Amino acid sequence: MVKPVSAPFGSAAIAIVHRELLLAMRRVGDLTTPLVFFAVICTLFPLALGPSRELLAIIGPGVVWVAALLAQLLTASSIFRQDFEDGALELYILAGQPLAGLMAARIVAYWLVTGLPLTLVSPLLAVTYQLPVAAVTTLMASLALGTLILAFLGGLGAALTLAARQGNALLSLLVVPLSLPVLIVGARAVALAAAQSDASAALKLLGAGALLSIVLAPLAVGPALRIAVD
Amino acid sequence: MCVERGDITVLDRVSLQVAAGEVVVLRGPNGSGKTTLLRVAAGLTMPVEGEVRRFGGTEVAVAQQRMLWCGHQTGLKDELTARENLAWFRRLRAGAGLDVDAALAHLQVADCADRPVATLSAGQRRRTALARLLVANVAVWLLDEPFTNLDDHSTAIVHNCIDAHVASGGGCLLAAHQLSVDSHPRYRAVDIGVSHG
Repeated sequence: MVKPVSAPFGSAAIAIVHRELLLAMRRVGDLTTPLVFFAVICTLFPLALGPSRELLAIIGPGVVWVAALLAQLLTASSIFRQDFEDGALELYILAGQPLAGLMAARIVAYWLVTGLPLTLVSPLLAVTYQLPVAAVTTLMASLALGTLILAFLGGLGAALTLAARQGNALLSLLVVPLSLPVLIVGARAVALAAAQSDASAALKLLGAGALLSIVLAPLAVGPALRIAVD
Repeated sequence: MCVERGDITVLDRVSLQVAAGEVVVLRGPNGSGKTTLLRVAAGLTMPVEGEVRRFGGTEVAVAQQRMLWCGHQTGLKDELTARENLAWFRRLRAGAGLDVDAALAHLQVADCADRPVATLSAGQRRRTALARLLVANVAVWLLDEPFTNLDDHSTAIVHNCIDAHVASGGGCLLAAHQLSVDSHPRYRAVDIGVSHG
């Protein structure tokens, strides 16, 4: 008789992250599109506004954060699209594991190939805006946490709109309002650090938001995906 | 059991049982609800009436660990090789069956192991997807048109796999719109009529 197997959740989660990283390396276009988008927006502003140091220093944190938010949300609609179309989503749902947990791993993997690269190139773009070196760590920390929150919000929107026609427009309507607090707190953290003030409170707020979205968003993503597949 | 899809009742008062050691073959024309019945058995679709009992009434999530779904869409990623696709599945399910290369060899797609799935033929993809059955080693197989795109030789290999599986006490529910069960003593055919659309 065939033995029932109880798959350890950790191994399944690692398998998911591993596969997404492999896929990202094979689809370099998908990996670079948000990065190029981010870099282009950040470099266009100084060109359009002129090289005034004071002006750039004032708008810098806001512009970098808006660009990061748009770049992160740009790819959100595609998170589950391919898995939905090729049948992989059914395999996740039927894996006999908590779907919310698997999808949390799936979204973390998505963040590793979108939000994290964005965070890593941000210091290069900060130079354009005369951001003081001391503020660069705050910029990176705020972007890392902020894009993580945005990835989970995007995942939530993507799951809810997966089965809808023209889900993209719906997705923006759903996710952009939810992401406004992230933008405000994130940009504020960088502005505070650039003015040599204490930005730790804003960063802690982002950290709390990241924890909250990692725990809560998958609980809604799981059932939404089950409905989409049904 | 009754199942609705949208406003259409696809399955109306259907009752079916799969025992250990047997293969139930769902037959019927297109649109008769074979796939829907399989999806209900897997737990992807909920019946509006009636119930599904798996392994004598085990909780769904536990039962799903002992069942394997092989749908019409394969879930294979084009950019990954056959081996990478299968290795992913083995880890996802903590498969206790054959290792990846042995499973691919069993279905005679070992020579494709290192090629991206995008470059494989439809039959080779189907066989790569079916190799999951061998790596996972679970009790019940749910197969939706497993012989699509397969030539006679490959079809025979898959039949052998199914026979070996049920001979060792497993069960199998498969949909195949035209399949003669005469030459397969363990197969039991169930014909599903046209739905009341």
